[in-house]
Amino acid sequence: MRGRLHRMLHGVSASRYSAASTLLLLAPLVILLLLAFYLPLAQFLSRSFMEPTLTLDNYARIADRPIYATILLRTFRTGLIVAVGTLVLGFPIAYLMSTLRGWRLVVVAAIVVLPLWVSVLVRTYAWQVLLGRNGVVNQTLEGLGIIDAPVKLLNTEFAVWLAMTHILLPFMVLPIYSSLRGIPRDLSQSAQSLGASWPNVLRHIILPLSLPGVAAGTVLVFVISLGYFITPMLLGGPTTMMIASLIGQQATKLLDWPMASAIAAVLLFVTVAIMALFQRVLRLDRVMGNG
Amino acid sequence: MASPARPRRARPSLARWLLIGISTLILLFVALPTLIVVPVSLSATEYLSFPPQELTLDWYHEFLTDPDWIRATMLSIQIAFVVAILSLVIGTMAALAMVRGLGGSGWMSVIASAPLIIPTIIYAIAVLLFFSQLKIAGSFQGFVLAHTALACPYVVIIVSAALYRSDPSLELAAMNLGASRPRAIWEVTLPGIRPALVTGAAFAFLTSFDDATVSFFLANLSDMTLPRKMFENLQFFISPVLAVVATLLTVFTLALVGGLSIWQSRRGAQTTIPTE
Repeated sequence: MRGRLHRMLHGVSASRYSAASTLLLLAPLVILLLLAFYLPLAQFLSRSFMEPTLTLDNYARIADRPIYATILLRTFRTGLIVAVGTLVLGFPIAYLMSTLRGWRLVVVAAIVVLPLWVSVLVRTYAWQVLLGRNGVVNQTLEGLGIIDAPVKLLNTEFAVWLAMTHILLPFMVLPIYSSLRGIPRDLSQSAQSLGASWPNVLRHIILPLSLPGVAAGTVLVFVISLGYFITPMLLGGPTTMMIASLIGQQATKLLDWPMASAIAAVLLFVTVAIMALFQRVLRLDRVMGNG
Repeated sequence: MASPARPRRARPSLARWLLIGISTLILLFVALPTLIVVPVSLSATEYLSFPPQELTLDWYHEFLTDPDWIRATMLSIQIAFVVAILSLVIGTMAALAMVRGLGGSGWMSVIASAPLIIPTIIYAIAVLLFFSQLKIAGSFQGFVLAHTALACPYVVIIVSAALYRSDPSLELAAMNLGASRPRAIWEVTLPGIRPALVTGAAFAFLTSFDDATVSFFLANLSDMTLPRKMFENLQFFISPVLAVVATLLTVFTLALVGGLSIWQSRRGAQTTIPTE
């Protein structure tokens, strides 16, 4: 009662919560993440150094066996191809979106964003149906007389690239769109009215100003694709294994936990390093843009 | 009918038409492949065929009367429901502390958003190892814990963004009128960010409901979640029932997210679909 009276008489000026209430509010999340996230991760990743005693042997084993380097390189190559694929397909859409207003923008944005929330399993399954021996793609190509017999599309690297490009496209479109949206429309209009040709406007205004978005989208797609598990597993073949499947195989089929842990540590290191590097690039960009 | 006066616009150039043409083709590439599951689910033949020769609802009937599919579906719905509520409460509390307590997030936002950055495969294996020791791998509690850890960051991000946009002086005004801090939060602050709370809960639900990777490693064969059962089917025996599940999942997701966006744009709030 006294507290309430005190508040009524003197007013509340503290706009921030007290340290005690802040801690109390944070506690459930911190406890949850410690128990169900950080502790499991720390335990799993520490096994690469701990088995049987403190050692770097498991990392040496990765370097020794060429198969691991092959799988790592294939994973990076897939990430690169998917990043380029989403960039080529995503840029026109992002640019179109930046020129649209009203319901047209809503429709295009919905087509881009809604698939993000549809289960990856459903979208992967759809590609199985499309790319199968008697799938829609083979039937169409045969019908058009382009091929004589069904082509093997499923369980190839191509199937993985195609489906991952399809699934990860929104992660490319949205960052590019948000940087293009920041460009004042008058800029390209006045450039054009001053006699700049359309390709020149694209080259000197739109492309340079969209670079932060392009960088963000490319890094995002690349990093996400490095850890992709479900799609490569279902659409790729036994000879197209990627790093995520390798980790799963080492842990659950070969029961080689230290090895699974070492490979996971490599993947995690690469992911975090790229993200950290990318943050600096973005900041640098901003600094240079202001200067 | 005269349209209201508009600034005279230049006629769309060739380049503009080219852009629209190319973009339309790409948008078809985005939208159509997923929709292929609808005709397949209605096709009468046992093997995958397109276009379907004959239409039937038999596979829908088979899905609805198969106890295994129904059990997996119900398990996934129950897990996702508990995850949505837990994530909403825990994530909102943390967002309040981060925005109104720490005044900006800094290190705490890094700690809280780590589950979004870590490749899911690493988390899935780690949690399998950890939960096996605790004997909760594959159990209801195990799924709820793992999914809540993955879903909380979404709630924290969505709710913090809404809190940054909302005016903290409303909460203070309520307290000046005699309300305690918890009551001011409950009756003033939270109702003001209701759209963000609903969105956060919905995304937490979907994060759990659609999770395939963690489920793949955590689930045992007797208690399969829906994504785990779908995966099983995809790998070994593709039956048209799978197309039924895929169709229902797609329709459910689109209705949920689409409905949410429409509801929010009616309220003039920030939507899940970027507009202006």
